[in-house]
Amino acid sequence: MLDFPQWKVWSIAATIFFGFLFAAPNFLTEQQAASLPSWVPSKQLSLGLDLRGGSHLMLEASTDDVRKTKLETLEETVRSELRQVPGGAVAFTDMSTSGGQLSLVVTDPARIDAAVEALRKVTQPIGGLGGARDVEVTVAGDSRIVLTETDAGVAASIDNAMAQAVEVIRKRIDELGTREPTIVRQGQNRIVVQVPGLQDPAALKALLGKTAKLEFKLVDVNADAAEVAAGRAPPGSQILPMLDGGSIAVRRRAIINGDQLVDSQVSQDQNGSPAVSFRFDSTGGRRFAQATRDNVGKPFAIVLDGKVISAPNINEPILGGSGIISGSYTVATANELAILLRSGKLPVELKVVEERTVGPDLGADSIRAGTIAAIVAVLAVSLIMVTVYGRFGVYSVIALIVNVILILGVMSGAGFTLTLPGIAGLVLTIGAAVDANVLINERIREEQRKGRGVIPSVEVGFRDATRTIWDANSLNIIVAVIMFIFGSGPIKGFAVVLSIGIATSVFTAVTLVRLMASRWLFKARPSVLVI
Amino acid sequence: MPLKIIPDNTNIGFVRARFIAFALTIALTLGSLALLYTRGLNLGVDFVGGLTMEVEFKAPPPLDALRAKVDSLGVGTSALQEFGSPRNILIRLPLPEGEQGAVQKVVAKVQNGLKSGYGEVMFRRTESVSGKVSAELIESGIWAVLLSMAAVALFTWIRFEWYFGVSTVVALVHDVIVTLGFFALTQLEFDLNIVAAVLTIIGYSLNDKVVIDDRIRENLRKYRTMDIGPIIDLSVNETLPRTVMTSVTLLAALASMLLLGPDVIFGFTAAMMLGIVVGTYSSIFVSSSLLISLGVKSRAAPEVANAERVVRR
Repeated sequence: MLDFPQWKVWSIAATIFFGFLFAAPNFLTEQQAASLPSWVPSKQLSLGLDLRGGSHLMLEASTDDVRKTKLETLEETVRSELRQVPGGAVAFTDMSTSGGQLSLVVTDPARIDAAVEALRKVTQPIGGLGGARDVEVTVAGDSRIVLTETDAGVAASIDNAMAQAVEVIRKRIDELGTREPTIVRQGQNRIVVQVPGLQDPAALKALLGKTAKLEFKLVDVNADAAEVAAGRAPPGSQILPMLDGGSIAVRRRAIINGDQLVDSQVSQDQNGSPAVSFRFDSTGGRRFAQATRDNVGKPFAIVLDGKVISAPNINEPILGGSGIISGSYTVATANELAILLRSGKLPVELKVVEERTVGPDLGADSIRAGTIAAIVAVLAVSLIMVTVYGRFGVYSVIALIVNVILILGVMSGAGFTLTLPGIAGLVLTIGAAVDANVLINERIREEQRKGRGVIPSVEVGFRDATRTIWDANSLNIIVAVIMFIFGSGPIKGFAVVLSIGIATSVFTAVTLVRLMASRWLFKARPSVLVI
Repeated sequence: MPLKIIPDNTNIGFVRARFIAFALTIALTLGSLALLYTRGLNLGVDFVGGLTMEVEFKAPPPLDALRAKVDSLGVGTSALQEFGSPRNILIRLPLPEGEQGAVQKVVAKVQNGLKSGYGEVMFRRTESVSGKVSAELIESGIWAVLLSMAAVALFTWIRFEWYFGVSTVVALVHDVIVTLGFFALTQLEFDLNIVAAVLTIIGYSLNDKVVIDDRIRENLRKYRTMDIGPIIDLSVNETLPRTVMTSVTLLAALASMLLLGPDVIFGFTAAMMLGIVVGTYSSIFVSSSLLISLGVKSRAAPEVANAERVVRR
C-alpha cells in the first residue's frame, strides 16, 4: 500500500501538472488568457447565467401548428399538382382538411388513377427503413382521395422546422449584437436560448416571439362590406384584421411572400416618419414587378403575421424589386421589424415557456459571496483537520487544495459551466474529500490503539479505509449520474461538479495523501506517529 | 497533541436504545408528514408555474404599501418576501393566462409601477415558468429522487445483502421526509435547488450508512461467535469518531456557506445542514439497529454466510 513505483509517482505528478495547467488560465485576466500561445490551454471557466447575469429563455413550438402549416402547404401543392396532371387538369370538389387529413372528391371518377399517381409523386420519402413517406395517399370509395400525414412525416417536419427556427433565432440574436449567445434545441420541440450579460430580455423576447411571416396579397375589392364585417369571406378570399382596427378581405393566395427578401432596413416614408424598406432577390424582384404590373390600380395588402399592416394602391408597376412599408412606426419598432424581415420568418410560432433573468449586479454579488464562502469553508475545514490530525491533517489540507484546483482544471478544460448550485456541489465535494481522510486517519488511530507499529498501522489504515471509500463514492457517483440525467437546470449544474469532484477527491484524498505519507514515513522513519 | 472530538473506545449501547430511537424516528416522520399535509410546501415557481421578481429598493419599503401597490396593478395577487436584506424583496405573482407575451406585459407593468412609486429600484432577477414546464420539472425532480433511491437499494443489495439495502432505504426515506417536513415548517421556498439538496442529503446519508455497514460486515466476519447486537454496537462505536468528525467538518463548511454565501442558496444550504444532522442521526441510531429488527443473525444465519462469501471474493 505504501510502495510507490517510479511510474506511479510520475503519473500522479503528471495528473496534477495537467490539472494545474488547465486551471491556470482562471488566474489570469481575460486579455492575458487570450494572448497565450495556442498550445497552452487558455480556456477559462465558463460561469452560469446565475453567476454572470443574463437571460435564459426556453421557447416551445406548438407541434399542432407545424401540422397545420404542413397541411396548408399540402393543400396548395395538391391544387397545383392536380392542375398539371398529364392529360389535362383534374377537376375536384369538396376539398377539406381535418385531423391531419386532407380529402377531396374527384369530379370525374375515371381520372382518379391519374390524380392519385400525380399526388403520390409529391409525397416525400422519409429516411430510414421500410420506405415510409411523409404523406399517405389512399382512395376511399370510387372518387374520394384521402391524404394522411404519417407520424414519421410529422416528426420529420417538426424536426425540420426546429432546425430552421434555431437558425433564424441565431440570426435575430446576432443582430442584437450580444456576446456569445447559446442556442440549443432541447427535446422535440423546444429551444433554449441563453444570452449572458443581457439584463433586459424584453427586446430579446420581442424578437423571438414574432414569426415575421410577410406576405403581399391582393385586396378582394369585390367583397361585400357587410359580409366582411360579419366575418364571411367570398370563396378564395379570407378576412384579415387590420393593424389599425377593422378588417379587410384579401385573396387567399399571396402574390409574393417574404421568403425572397434579401435585405431590410430602417428608412423614412415620404412624410419623414420611420418606415421599413425591403429588397427582393432577382427572382423575387421579377415576380414582384410582374404582379404589380398585372394589378396596377388595385390595392394590395401587406400582411405580417396574419395582420394587415397597410393596403396601399399599386399606382404603377414596382420594377426595382424593392419597396417600403410604412405604418405608425417608431425608430425602435421599425428597427425591430427590419431585423425580423432580414433574418427571415420562423417556420413555426414559438412561445416563451420559461424565463430566468439575473441582473449582472446580482451575479457579481453571488460570485463574491460564493467565493468568500468557499474560501472560509476551506479554511474552517483545514483548521479542524490540522487540529485533529496534526501532520496527516496538513496532508489532507494540501490534498484538498489540489482537489479544488483539479476540479477547476477539469471544468475549464472540458468546458463545463459553473453555476451557483455548482459552488454548493464544490462544498460537498470538499466534504467528501475530508471524509476520505477522516476515514483513513481514524483507521490508523484504531490500528495504533491495537498496538501496531507506525508503518503497519498506516498501511492497514489506508488499505481498509480505501475499500470503504470506494464503496461510498461509487454510490455517490451513481446518484450524481442519475441527477445529471434526470435533473434539470440547477440539478444538472450541481451533478456535474459533484461527479468531477468525487473522482478528483478520491484521487487527491487517497492517492496523493498516501504518496505524501509514504515519502515522509520512509524518510523520517518515525517511531511514534501522533495522529 | 491532536484533539479528539470523540474519545477512544466509546462503548455506547446504541442497540439497547433502539426502541427509543425508533419511537423518535416514527414521531419525527409522522410529525413531518402531518406538517406536509397541513401546511404544505411553499413551492417555488419552478414547480407551480408563475413569476418571481427580486427587486432591490433604495430604502426598505413598507411591505403592506408595496403589496397594495403591486396588487393595484391588476396582475393578480402578489406574495412578498424579504430576501436576504429588508431592501431586497421577492415578489411572487401567478402566471398570467392568455397568449404569449402576457408575462412580459406583467413584468413591464410591475417594473413601471414600482419605478413610478418608488423611484430608483433595481430588478435583480426575474423568473417565469409556465404551468406545463413546471409540471415537467416536478416530474423530473420526483424521478431523480426515486431513481436515486432505487439505485442505492440495488447497489447496497448487490454489494452487501438485501437487509442492508432495506435498512438503508428506510433510513433514507426518513431523512427525506424529515427534510421536507422542515421545509413545510419553515415555509422556505421549495424549488429545484432544494431538490438538488435533497439528492445530496441522500448521497451524504448514504455515505454514512455504507461506512457503518462496511464495518458491520467486517466485524461479522471477524467475530464469528458474537451476537448481532454487540457486533452492531461495536461497529457503530468504532466508526463513531469518523461519523461525528465528518459531520462536524461538513457542517462547518456549510455554515460558512449559509452565513457568507449568496442569499440565493440560503434554502439550499439550510436543507443540507439539516439533512446532515438528520442523516447522521439515522445512521447511528436507526439504520444499523434496524438490521436486528429485520431478523439478521450472526454466524448461524444463511444470509450472513452469504455475506461472507461476498466479502471473501
